[in-house]
Amino acid sequence: MELLEGMRKGENSAIADIYKTCYPSVSHMILNNKGTEDEAKDIFQEAMIVLYDKITQAEGFELSSKLNTFLYAICRRLWLKQLNRRNLSLDSIDQENLDIPDMDSALESHEAEEVKFNQMEAAMANLGEPCASILKEFYIKKKSMQEICDQLGYTNADNAKNQKYKCLQRLKKLFFDQWVKDER
Amino acid sequence: MNQTEFLTLADRYLGGEMTAKERLEFESLCREDAEWNSQFLSHKEFVSDLRKHENRKEFIASLDQVVKNTSIEPIVLRMWRKLKINAVAAAAVAVISSLATLYLTGYFSTIRKTTTEYSALKREINNVKRNVNAHHNAIRNINSKENPAATPLQFGATGFMLTKDGYVVTNFHVVSGADSIHLQNNKGEIYRAAVIHVDEEKDLAILHISDTSFNMSQNIPYTFKRQGLDLGEGIFTIGYPRDEAVYGEGYLSSSTGYSGDTTAYQISVPVNPGNSGGPVLDKQGNVIGIISGKQKGIDGAAFAIKTKALIETLNRIPKDSLKGNIVLSSKNSLSNLPRTEQIKKLQDFIYMVKVY
Repeated sequence: MELLEGMRKGENSAIADIYKTCYPSVSHMILNNKGTEDEAKDIFQEAMIVLYDKITQAEGFELSSKLNTFLYAICRRLWLKQLNRRNLSLDSIDQENLDIPDMDSALESHEAEEVKFNQMEAAMANLGEPCASILKEFYIKKKSMQEICDQLGYTNADNAKNQKYKCLQRLKKLFFDQWVKDER
Repeated sequence: MNQTEFLTLADRYLGGEMTAKERLEFESLCREDAEWNSQFLSHKEFVSDLRKHENRKEFIASLDQVVKNTSIEPIVLRMWRKLKINAVAAAAVAVISSLATLYLTGYFSTIRKTTTEYSALKREINNVKRNVNAHHNAIRNINSKENPAATPLQFGATGFMLTKDGYVVTNFHVVSGADSIHLQNNKGEIYRAAVIHVDEEKDLAILHISDTSFNMSQNIPYTFKRQGLDLGEGIFTIGYPRDEAVYGEGYLSSSTGYSGDTTAYQISVPVNPGNSGGPVLDKQGNVIGIISGKQKGIDGAAFAIKTKALIETLNRIPKDSLKGNIVLSSKNSLSNLPRTEQIKKLQDFIYMVKVY
């Protein structure tokens, strides 16, 4: 499955391919069940993120069904939830008599992922500049301390290193504090 | 060692920047001290979480972009794109198979036949007999494996005398491809004839009887009338659609021939294969034309080449191919006779043309 591999790497072409082949049936299903085109797009995007979580979680992940079916099943599940939230029942959601695989485990892990993501997002937002930049440059882009020091205008690499350490501690604190708050 | 220093070490370890010796030292440090170890593990996890977070964010961004920028074509277009090749292939198969069916059912040969609705009136004399003989021969020789040369096809038609010294006119289509031509009169006498001149365009052939035994004592009783005839004029003909002379009577129905041919008349006289080359005469016994063919599918539409066209052809014959000048008779001895007498007199000058 090259598409999945491309997707793991975040290649636009792979995403576009999946979108073109899988989206139409999803949009059809949602439009036929009190949905709009925009809602269909949102649902589809969420389903793609579910898929992404699934394939990044475990290295050797393989789909148990066709990609199309997988995405359709997730979208269906997500849309059902939406409708339930709005207290709408749906009459006939399936136009095809598909054998819909059970997507609950995928969705659960996705939800956990989503919570974590939001926490990290919030922690990063609270961290503020230049801390966020230092951490990104060092841990994500893997630049050396010297480069970061030049880029962000620190007097020397040791200074930057100290700053980075403080930032990291703060981020950890922000992140885990939230965690604790949520637990409570 | 304080925490900052430890984390710097941990980052270098994770980033793969350490030498082998340093790695070993760091690993043993973690093994020995549970405190450092848990610090290291949580740091490692946090960093990987951080990376994952960034990747996911990137993915969501590019997904967003794709969904925004990619327009989904309507279903018809998508289907067409998908099934284009199939559609083209199906169309090709349909065309080929319909053409093949038409070809196999003989549609095209029928078209070719019907496009020329004109049919020449020569008669295949021994066609049936020939086929039967061929069967007999085949059966007889089935063991000997010797196939005798099939007898060539034989055609029959009509011709009539132009002059008493042996010139005879018939249709070009009668003599085209002929090996030998024989003329048989109503008494059963047969003479050999040679082609003197043919006019393929007008469908005329001038023959000359080359047999020395031929001797015509009587003068030609009819004259040739060049002037155009009026519609409705009564006409008659004598020809050999079978082995006996057959008389036919009718009227002039149009002053032009097949598809507007001005060198011919349309006549309404019952004619059949074998009548080709027969004379068409008016009430007084003047030759006004030569029967050449008829139109299929239309009742009573036969065609006769005008005498004028015959005379034009005669004038165009090169002098050196003639054995003596062609002088057409100018005295009509039929004009006042009743039809039966006319026919009796005429018969001697009308021949059955046999072509081998």
